[in-house]
Amino acid sequence: MCVVCGCGSPSMRHGENVAGSSPGGSRAPGGKAHGVLHYGGNPAGMSVPGISPTRAVQIEADILGENNRLARRNRAHFLAHGVTAFNLMSSPGSGKTTLLCASIAAIRSRHPGLPLAVIEGDQQTSVDAERIRATGADAIQVNTGRGCHLDAQMVGDAFARFDLHAAAHRAGSTEALLFIENVGNLVCPAMWDLGEAAKVVVLSVTEGDDKPLKYPDMFAASALMVINKIDLLAHVDFDVERCIAHARRVNPDIDVLLMSATRGDGMAAWVNWLIPEPVARAGGRS
Amino acid sequence: MHELSLAAGILQMVEQAAARENFRRVSRLHLEAGALAGVEPQALRFALGALAPGTCLEGAEIAIAQPAGTARCGGCDCDVEISSRLDPCPRCGSTRLRATGGTQLRVLDLVVFDD
Repeated sequence: MCVVCGCGSPSMRHGENVAGSSPGGSRAPGGKAHGVLHYGGNPAGMSVPGISPTRAVQIEADILGENNRLARRNRAHFLAHGVTAFNLMSSPGSGKTTLLCASIAAIRSRHPGLPLAVIEGDQQTSVDAERIRATGADAIQVNTGRGCHLDAQMVGDAFARFDLHAAAHRAGSTEALLFIENVGNLVCPAMWDLGEAAKVVVLSVTEGDDKPLKYPDMFAASALMVINKIDLLAHVDFDVERCIAHARRVNPDIDVLLMSATRGDGMAAWVNWLIPEPVARAGGRS
Repeated sequence: MHELSLAAGILQMVEQAAARENFRRVSRLHLEAGALAGVEPQALRFALGALAPGTCLEGAEIAIAQPAGTARCGGCDCDVEISSRLDPCPRCGSTRLRATGGTQLRVLDLVVFDD
């Protein structure tokens, strides 16, 4: 088949204008030579011994194409199981795991019986997965080694290990919640679709209010910015309104919630954002 | 650095093409990284250089096209070109911009040796 136009000619290669072309003629593996050999097609206009002829090969494919294909598969899988998945991203130490532990408790009291699970991403250790398991929720730890972000393959593999099925899935409702806690990194995770329903960026007040401008891709990719550790506002130089203005500049549609995961501020609004009413769960409605 | 992950993905795509199109060495690799793709072309070039030895990409020229970013300006209601997410509108200076293009990250084509 011709590499350029896909025509059925088994042995001919159409000439290409880019930096020369092969002489043509038969290339059928093991086949007999036939046809005409043309040596005038390369840039020198002639055959130059020792210089290999070249040809162009069109690719025109997304570099993240394979990841995006797996992400779409994850997304379809989540939908089929009534799972709403959120991809939590932030710098290391912003409070993602503490927020998740507090969230699990809050969600349990507000929506008892709602299945919950967490995929934990870190370079090394199971420390975070163990903290989640201590709350009673299922957690799978993904260790990326030197990797700096989770990808769709890792999430697909981890999800396969959960038993996170809704009893009866109704379209449009939250039947089960999956949190994906990404590797602490304000740069790379922004680019990787994991199949989530939404990306959430957590920024703590100790990190400075200029981060949305310094790391625009992360804030542009996120549906929600959680400003965490607001219990420390009195002790740091963090202008909440300025931070929100910066975030809205790179992403006019970004939602914003103010939280203190340790003190509980903002928890109700956060649970509402995650699970908009009405929600259906095994056993009835709230 | 995610450029290394991307370079590994590029190498995988090129190796798949090599098996499909029956070539062993690449003369030129032509990539496209839009201005708003979140990729630093120099870092990508460096990462590809680090991965290339012993592969079909060894010695290949790397060409990276960088199409401009585009955005819709909420101030003057025009489509404008921007080179970063922080640029104000080049027409009216507003910072109320919504990115509309320039995020592509693709392998465009290869020039390969027929040997």
